[in-house]
Amino acid sequence: MSATKDITRRRVIKSGAVAAAAAGATPYFFTRAFAEGGYTNAPKGDSVTFGFNVPQTGAYADEGADELRAYELAVEHINAGGGGMMDTFSSKELKGGINGKKVKYVTGDTQTKSDAARASAKRMIENDGAIMITGGSSSGVAIAVQGLCQEAGVIFMSGLTHSNDTTGKDKRANGFRHFFNTEMTGAALGPVLKNNYGTDRKVYHLTADYTWGYSQEGSMIKYTKDYNWETVAAVKTPVGAGDFSQFITPILSSGADTLVLNHYGKDMVNSLTQAVQFGLAGKQVNGKDFTIVVPLYSRLMAQGAGENVKGIFGSTNWHWSLQDDASKAFVKAFGEKYGFPPSQAAHTTYCQAILYADACQRAGTFKPSEVGKALEDFEFDGLGNGKVLYRGEDHQCFKDVLVVKGKENPTNKFDVLEVVEVTPREQVQYEASLLGGELGPYNNG
Amino acid sequence: MDAIFLQFLNGLDKGGAYALIALGLTLVFGTLGVVNFAHGALFMLGAFCAVMLRKIFNISYERVSETEVDFLGKPLKEQIPYLKGIFGEDLGGFMLDYSVPLSIFLAVIVMGIVGFIMERGLIRHFYKRPHADQILVTFGLAIVVGELIRHYFGANPIPQAAPKAVSGSANIGYLVGLGPNVIYPWWRLVYFAFSVSIIFGVFAFLKFTTFGMVVRAGMQDRETVGLLGINIEQKFTIVFALAAIVAGVAGAMYTPILPPDYNMGMDFLVLSFVVVVVGGMGSLEGAVLAGFLLGILQSFASMQAVQNLLPGISQIIVYLVAVVVLLTLPRGLLGRKGVMED
Amino acid sequence: MDRKTNLKDWTLFLGFAAVVLCLPIILDPIGANYPDLLQKIAIFGIFAIGFNILFGLTGYLSFGHAAFIGVGSYMSLWSFKLLTMNVLPAIAFSVILAGMFAYLIGFVSLRRSGIYFSILTLAFAQMSYSLAYSVLTPITNGETGLQTRAIRTDPATSLLDGDIRIIDQALGIQEASVPTTHFFGMAMSGYTGFYFCAVLLIICFFIAQRLTNSNFGMMLKAIKSNQNRLNYTGIHTRPYLIAAFVISGMYAGLAGSLMAVTDPIAGAERMQWTASGEVVLMTILGGVGTLVGPVLGAGIIKYAEQKVSSWNEGILDSFFSFLPEGLQHFMSGLGALFVGEGWHTTLGLLFMIIVIFLPGGIMEGIRRIAAVFARKSKSNNTSAAAPQPAE
Repeated sequence: MSATKDITRRRVIKSGAVAAAAAGATPYFFTRAFAEGGYTNAPKGDSVTFGFNVPQTGAYADEGADELRAYELAVEHINAGGGGMMDTFSSKELKGGINGKKVKYVTGDTQTKSDAARASAKRMIENDGAIMITGGSSSGVAIAVQGLCQEAGVIFMSGLTHSNDTTGKDKRANGFRHFFNTEMTGAALGPVLKNNYGTDRKVYHLTADYTWGYSQEGSMIKYTKDYNWETVAAVKTPVGAGDFSQFITPILSSGADTLVLNHYGKDMVNSLTQAVQFGLAGKQVNGKDFTIVVPLYSRLMAQGAGENVKGIFGSTNWHWSLQDDASKAFVKAFGEKYGFPPSQAAHTTYCQAILYADACQRAGTFKPSEVGKALEDFEFDGLGNGKVLYRGEDHQCFKDVLVVKGKENPTNKFDVLEVVEVTPREQVQYEASLLGGELGPYNNG
Repeated sequence: MDAIFLQFLNGLDKGGAYALIALGLTLVFGTLGVVNFAHGALFMLGAFCAVMLRKIFNISYERVSETEVDFLGKPLKEQIPYLKGIFGEDLGGFMLDYSVPLSIFLAVIVMGIVGFIMERGLIRHFYKRPHADQILVTFGLAIVVGELIRHYFGANPIPQAAPKAVSGSANIGYLVGLGPNVIYPWWRLVYFAFSVSIIFGVFAFLKFTTFGMVVRAGMQDRETVGLLGINIEQKFTIVFALAAIVAGVAGAMYTPILPPDYNMGMDFLVLSFVVVVVGGMGSLEGAVLAGFLLGILQSFASMQAVQNLLPGISQIIVYLVAVVVLLTLPRGLLGRKGVMED
Repeated sequence: MDRKTNLKDWTLFLGFAAVVLCLPIILDPIGANYPDLLQKIAIFGIFAIGFNILFGLTGYLSFGHAAFIGVGSYMSLWSFKLLTMNVLPAIAFSVILAGMFAYLIGFVSLRRSGIYFSILTLAFAQMSYSLAYSVLTPITNGETGLQTRAIRTDPATSLLDGDIRIIDQALGIQEASVPTTHFFGMAMSGYTGFYFCAVLLIICFFIAQRLTNSNFGMMLKAIKSNQNRLNYTGIHTRPYLIAAFVISGMYAGLAGSLMAVTDPIAGAERMQWTASGEVVLMTILGGVGTLVGPVLGAGIIKYAEQKVSSWNEGILDSFFSFLPEGLQHFMSGLGALFVGEGWHTTLGLLFMIIVIFLPGGIMEGIRRIAAVFARKSKSNNTSAAAPQPAE
């Protein structure tokens, strides 16, 4: 396992080398760059540089590594003008490179800290001449880097960020998100939960004590209250608490028959493992089977949780077991290169890279305002989520949401989740005004 | 009532773990006079002994399956552990199932060696250096050890299953005459019993063996013991290795409760220091007492009624207790005069 | 004697100032000449100088200084949001508030010494961090971080999402979208931002130099060498310690404020104890108790964080491309342990090596090398070649 990972990481990073080495050698003046091209880091010569800003250290390092693998693959496909989901993508503009330029890239480590993420994004913009920044594995980081890209005048294509705020009250003209959010999770999960677990349930929320947690808890309450799912308690848990047992014991005597774990990443694995250990899942309360729900699943993390996820409902942006042509093409390209299926983080970052490249090609320039306009209200298909709309009002993608469940009889170690329902786009789409915020004008630098 | 009983039990359970982690730390303080910021890393290494053992048990040969396919639609290569081939389906399966408790043996060996090398190679040269230097060098070591583990095992937590026989929940409500909702995971009860017996073991070792007597004498007055012609420094190596082993087995057994990852050591470092400081530097009894005290307080502070009253209390309770104790009892709960006060 | 010391101090000061102002040229060959890194080096230089006033002079090891960085950053952001985008009031308020906060924490923590003091400061910093990340979200905006916004049009909008900037509004300044920070019209981003920080770094260096050489500085050093003896002679050391703690807290507050000035966002993770650990690292690496050392350490660590972390395996492969294929892969595989995503390992190792072999940090290394050369040239004045350490 570790040996294959090493090899694949090596491959990932290799082709970015040239760009980084070249950029590192020549000092780059931010201000001068603008004067020359009419916008920040206008590409000179026959290449253009992408900046991949992913967590390489810290709790999300494995997701970051998977994102980087997907970017490598995307760059390969863009430069070749085909392969993977490029072949199924509805827009056929890309014919090898973008606007006649080859894509190179530089990498940076966000450490899943806003400060570090901004610093590495700044390095890629100021020092390495990156034309766009993409990646990340948490909303705090996404929002921080999005704000920075707005100021610097480059496009930001966010990676895995699930908070409403990224394209809600913190949205920026230069920022675009392909991933879904807590609002859509709630809208998709609500009806499925009712169909499986019925109405009139008593719900206990354990919520990670930070912005994303609050937002996820809010949307779960909002979309289940019509079915008389009553909140018994909503308890905040410290992020990175490790042992959640002191929060789990009170659930037993609270009279609740449903537990919603508004946790992600390590917290999700830990709290779920411990909740299952406490025997919650097998209990009968109020004459009903006790139920656990994990609103946002990460297959990479769930893979570790193994047995514990069985039968537990949640949502995900994409899953490798989807059987449409695009997903199959992507899994094949990724799997053959790295030996295991891609995660949803890999999928969303791959899409973002392709979508950005395609928009530049259609706009005929890399100028942020033009590229942004090409992305706005762009409707496409063939990237694994069915028909998708990049809404112009808030730069958010709207697509079908997958409701998944931990698989009862997995056939291999990647086969952790099964898709229960594909909630159609219409059902999860909301008015842009619902989440507030102002896009503001594009900034070209 | 049920809730309070469970919360109390949970506090004891947590406290046992805290005490176990802090025990080695305070032992090293008290005898060697060394502040070891890599103690958390030792705990983490112990946990990865369990991960490692399971990996070893799972070393497999491949057999191409005739019926099943993998994610790319090719015939699945089934992984058959050699273990089952060597020991047969039953014994092999049993060993796989019990890999966590079995990993104690691996942890004792590995951590003993690690402790020995660490003391001889590094700690020994820092006896006479200021505490600040000790903190800094062991902190550096903790970073390096953590990163090496991440390099080979990745950053995601790796859950370890408890043996099937003790993976469910015990219905202790019936035992103590409370309602049916009073259940508690078997493995946590096992861990509690384990931690209590290790704590007693360490105390007995120090109390009833000649070796322990010398060490305790060394804790009281190192120079005099040295004058008696006893090679106290050699004893120190063993004490340090013992501390490493205690941390290691504590970590290995903790894996079914908390899926280990490379940063686990850092997560527990601050906590274990708080326990030791609250208990009193170098006081074994203090560490145990403080461990249970903090565990119980933390458990109760997490209840919703308490949180509604004092928002955020569950996050800071441990630190708050540390501040209050240190300001009212200068040497912690059971600290002795003259230890670490310079 | 006095005049000679004076001359040496001035030489050191002017040399330091010249080097700091020429940093863009000096760092150019190693690819570190870009505004963000230069700003960070100057800002963390200030932080480390301040930290050294406490740790270097008195020997009190605080693990809580990151809290003051956070306080400074949040205060500055609120000044931008409520008063004006001019950085002057932001910096002033931040330094004052950080000083007050430091007084509170110092007053309590300094009742203990040694490791007890370290743990107390650590506890305070962790509490600040935990609260800022969660329950104080209405003030800190939690995980997302506090940011400047456009002037709110609807008074019902939360102050987190819409600013008021009373002074700017009273002056009738028109804003297009979100305005940028400035110092009386001088933009605080890019190279001007760096020079602004650099000037403050030089001023801070000057103050620290004066402090170190003053009676107050002597007293702090006396505390480090033997506090008990001072107590026996009837000197109350606590006021001196509190003063040193507050001063270093204000330095940290200034650093935090400058982080917000050059990049108006403030997040709670700045207050985590590992962030305090970072400044300890900087100080140790450069040389505890020296004046120049902490700044040097700050520079090296920020460079490592930004540049060494970006040397991915592709770059390693091309670096070792002169080797035969097999060896090349082996070398770059080995190198990957230490650079790119493995850069933390290098940091930890470097740290251990410094503490084990060079307790005086890089400055001691320089001094040793200088001493060897001085001996060779048969000069008997060995110390003049290198900056004078405070110890």
